[in-house]
Amino acid sequence: MGNASSMLTQYDIEEVQEHCNYLFSQQEIVSLYERFCQLDRSAKGFISEDEFLSIPEFSLNPLSKRLLRMVDGLNFKDFVSFLSTFSAKASFNQKIELIFKVYDIDGKGKVTFKDLLEVLRDQTGSFMTEEQREQVLAKVLEEAGYTRDCTLSLDNFIQIIDHPGLKMEVEVPID
Amino acid sequence: MASSSVAADMELDRPNLEDYLPSDSLPQESPRNLHLRDLLDISPVLTEAAGAIVDDSFTRCFKSNSPEPWNWNIYLFPLWCLGVVIRYGILFPLRSLTLLVGWIVFFAAFFPVHFLLKGEKLRSKIERKLVEMMCSVFVASWTGVIKYHGPRPSTRPRQVFVANHTSMIDFIILEQMTAFAVIMQKHPGWVGFIQKTILESVGCIWFNRNDLKDREVVAKKLRDHVQHPENNPLLIFPEGTCVNNQYTVMFKKGAFELGCAVCPIAIKYNKIFVDAFWNSKKQSFTMHLVRLMTSWAVVCDVWYLEPQYLKDGETAIQFAERVRDMIVARAGLKKVPWDGYLKYNRPSPKHTEEKQRIFAESVLRRLEES
Repeated sequence: MGNASSMLTQYDIEEVQEHCNYLFSQQEIVSLYERFCQLDRSAKGFISEDEFLSIPEFSLNPLSKRLLRMVDGLNFKDFVSFLSTFSAKASFNQKIELIFKVYDIDGKGKVTFKDLLEVLRDQTGSFMTEEQREQVLAKVLEEAGYTRDCTLSLDNFIQIIDHPGLKMEVEVPID
Repeated sequence: MASSSVAADMELDRPNLEDYLPSDSLPQESPRNLHLRDLLDISPVLTEAAGAIVDDSFTRCFKSNSPEPWNWNIYLFPLWCLGVVIRYGILFPLRSLTLLVGWIVFFAAFFPVHFLLKGEKLRSKIERKLVEMMCSVFVASWTGVIKYHGPRPSTRPRQVFVANHTSMIDFIILEQMTAFAVIMQKHPGWVGFIQKTILESVGCIWFNRNDLKDREVVAKKLRDHVQHPENNPLLIFPEGTCVNNQYTVMFKKGAFELGCAVCPIAIKYNKIFVDAFWNSKKQSFTMHLVRLMTSWAVVCDVWYLEPQYLKDGETAIQFAERVRDMIVARAGLKKVPWDGYLKYNRPSPKHTEEKQRIFAESVLRRLEES
C-alpha cells in the first residue's frame, strides 16, 4: 500500500474533520485512515465484525460485543466520528453520552435496570451470580436515590458520573 | 474459527500474558464504599477498547511498511522508469531463465540419484548437495546479497536451530549454506509438490496448524529426529508464522523442550531494494517470488549465534524467551507478547475471564466495606 494520504484528498480530509467537529487534526485523520485501510482488509469501505475481532486486544475486552454493535459496518467518516469521543479535546458530556449509548444499546433513550444488569454481567462473567449482581445494583441505586424499576436518562448519567477528572482518551499515533 | 479446545491448548505455549498487557481496568486504590457512579463509569474499559482499535501491537507485526517513493522528481522519474525497464525487461527474464535451467539440472540429477542410486549414505550426500545447489540458484534468481556471520552450523546430533521468520525465503537462504531438515506447514500447489518430493530427502516434518492431535505426533517426531546422528540438523521457526522483520511474536516452546542444544540464528533483511516480508494473507508465494525477482536485490544479514542450553530451574518457555531476546538484540527487532497463531484464531477466553474475575472481586470487596 502506498502513501495513504494520496488516496484521501484534501477535500475528503476536511469533510471528515468537519464531521467529527474538528476533534482530530488533519494528520491524525490521515493516520486513522491508514489504520482503517489496514483493518478493512478486503477494502469494502467498512470494517466487519470479524476484522475487529482479529485485533486480539479488542477481542478480549469484556465489552467488545456491545461495542461491536456500535462500530460494526461504520464507514470511515463515522469511524472517525466514533473515535473522536476519545480525543483529548472532546467534551465531558460527549464522553458521558458514549457511555450512555453503550448501556442503552438498543437506543431507547433511557437505561433500565436490565441494561445495567447486562453490562455488569459482561464485566463480571461467571465470577458473580445473577443474584449478587442484582443485589449490588439495587443497593447502589437505592443509595443514590433511585428505585429498582426507575429508568436513567442521559442527564441522570451526567449528574451521577460527576467526575471532572474523567480520563477517556486515546492517542492517535502519527508516523 | 478455532474450537475452544484448540484455544485452550494454545495457552500452554504462552507465559503470563498479564505481565505484558496493561494492568486491569480498575485503578489500584484502597477499597472504598461502592457507589452508583463507580459501576456506571466504564470509561477505563472503553478506553482500552478504543486504544486497541486505533493501534495494537499485534497488527503492527504484520504491517508491510512501504518505503518513501523517491521518484517524484523531473530527473529522478525517468531514471526510475529506466530502472523499471531494466528490472522487468532484462533482469526478470534472465533470472527466470537461470531458475528454469537450475530446475532442469536439478531434476535431471536428482531423480536418477533418488531412484537408482542404492548406497544410502552416498545418495543422501548427493541429494543434500543438490538441494544446496538449488537453493543457491534461487538466491541468485533474486540476486541475494547475503552476509553470513558466525561459525557455520555443524552436523552433530542433539541440536536444533531456531530462527526468526519473515518469509519462506528464510529457509532457502539458510539452506544454501547448510542442508537443514525443516518442519513445515503443508502447502498447496507447486510448493506442496516440492515439499513432498525434494524436501523429504533432506528430512522434513509436517505439521498441520489446525489439527490439535497433530501436536503430540509432531513433538515426538522432533524428538526422534534430533536423537539420530545421521539426520540433517533440524531448523525450526518457533514463531510459527511470517512476521514483518521489525517485530517478533512469541516463540512456541516445542523447539525448546527437546533436551538438546538450541542454536539461534538471527535474520535481518535490509529493505533498501525490496521488503522481503511475505504477507501470506495478501500474496501467494508465487507473487511474492515474482516481486523479489523484479527488484534489484535482496539484501540480508544472517547471524549464527552461540548454542544455548536449558539452564537449571528454567522452564521451556523461559528458555524460549531468553533465546528470543538474543535474536531480537542481534537483529534489532522488537518483541510483542502475542502468539503468532492469533493471525488465524481468536484469543482464548481465559484473558477476558481474568479481567472479569478481577473486576468482580473488586466490586464484591468494596461492597463488603460499605
